Amino acid sequence: MKPVELKKDIWWVGCVDWNRRNFHGYSLSPLGTTYNNYLIVDEKVTLVDTVDKSFWSRLKCNLAQVLGDRKIDYFVINHLEPDHAGCLAEAVAYYKPEKIYTSPMGEKAMQAHFHYKDWPVEVVPTGTEVSIGRHTLNFVETRMLHWPDSMATYVPEAKLMFTNDAFGQNIASSERFADEYDRHVLEQSMRHYYANIVLPYSPVVLKTLAAIEDMGIEIDTVCPDHGLIFRGDDVAWVIEKYKEYAEQKPKNKAVIVYDSMWHSTEHMAEAVAAGLADKGVSVKIMSVKADHHSTIMTEIFDAAAVVVGSPTHNNGILPLMADMLTYMKGLRPMNKLGAAIGSFGWSGECVKILNGWLEDMKMEVVEPNLKVKHVPTHDDYQQCYDLGVSLAERIKEKIG
Amino acid sequence: MEKYVCNICGYVYDPAVGDPDNGVEPGTKFADVPDDWTCPVCGASKDDFSPEV
Repeated sequence: MKPVELKKDIWWVGCVDWNRRNFHGYSLSPLGTTYNNYLIVDEKVTLVDTVDKSFWSRLKCNLAQVLGDRKIDYFVINHLEPDHAGCLAEAVAYYKPEKIYTSPMGEKAMQAHFHYKDWPVEVVPTGTEVSIGRHTLNFVETRMLHWPDSMATYVPEAKLMFTNDAFGQNIASSERFADEYDRHVLEQSMRHYYANIVLPYSPVVLKTLAAIEDMGIEIDTVCPDHGLIFRGDDVAWVIEKYKEYAEQKPKNKAVIVYDSMWHSTEHMAEAVAAGLADKGVSVKIMSVKADHHSTIMTEIFDAAAVVVGSPTHNNGILPLMADMLTYMKGLRPMNKLGAAIGSFGWSGECVKILNGWLEDMKMEVVEPNLKVKHVPTHDDYQQCYDLGVSLAERIKEKIG
Repeated sequence: MEKYVCNICGYVYDPAVGDPDNGVEPGTKFADVPDDWTCPVCGASKDDFSPEV
């Protein structure tokens, strides 16, 4: 895609990665992604972030299309993760910038990534202002949103904020603005991105949004480093969405995530789901064999209850379920009810182990935990159904 | 009692408040916080904290 002028002299010079399906090795990106970066053409030509290293030659081409032979004076590095700063070493060698601005933690991360000796790095803590001519750069540290070095850059004259990973979505598209794109798909992608990347830092999101509100600045364009750019009314919309995500208010929804060897746990899951559904709770049954952990996490994210199921396997639980639980715990979902089910052959540790995970995640465990030897009987199914019914009642209490 | 700051993310441990969500009662000195306690924001270990200046 060719560079796009977002506002006078402020350009999107990013790259669209139509083929990316695996995002950073832990999440899926079924629609591809973009590596957005931006160029401000002013007295001091300023490049905000770079792109994934594999797109270095395309970035050079994009920049040449806007700049011709003009040089780049300043780099702003809002985050050091390699999908943004991946070709920084090449870019520094090629453009020989006068200054590289980054956050205090960014300087440490930059050194640890690139082991440079003589780069012109200047640390810009929150509140630092740099004039580049007709535009000013205001830097705002956004630590742990989602890495320690994360930073945003606000340009008051353009009412525009470069937010790096915050507000991003993995979408490859020919469109650059959110208002040009299918709203439902956009929202689903934002939710997937938040649930799998930003979720553990939700308290930081709320604090950062409040801090930005306190700054009393006008923002009419939000430029994230992945996906579509928000302008006009969409700015308030996306900020509101982030608040909603960060508050993690549970919905009238339950997710049953399970693994099964010979279908007993699977059938138990279906009986629990029937109890939940009969009491008016929207329920999703997700097998860890059928769905990737990031897809499951996107569903768990706004659910009020999570039922985890696994048979006992070698005195433990099945490996894909262990993968799911490790992943889920790391993302620190909040405000959820939990319950555990599973079948067993000779020893039956599964439910105890699953319960341990639920407690580690500070979920309110709803009893009884159900375990069944070999194949469930009619009475076992009845108990599973009843667990679904009592979970539904607790969900109703929880969401009010 | 002295407050401690996480060197990684800037979270401040205030002994008056503790970290009750993670089993540290209000009034617990930083020295008495369990060694396996981690920063509730970024997950850094206790070694990554410094006294607040």
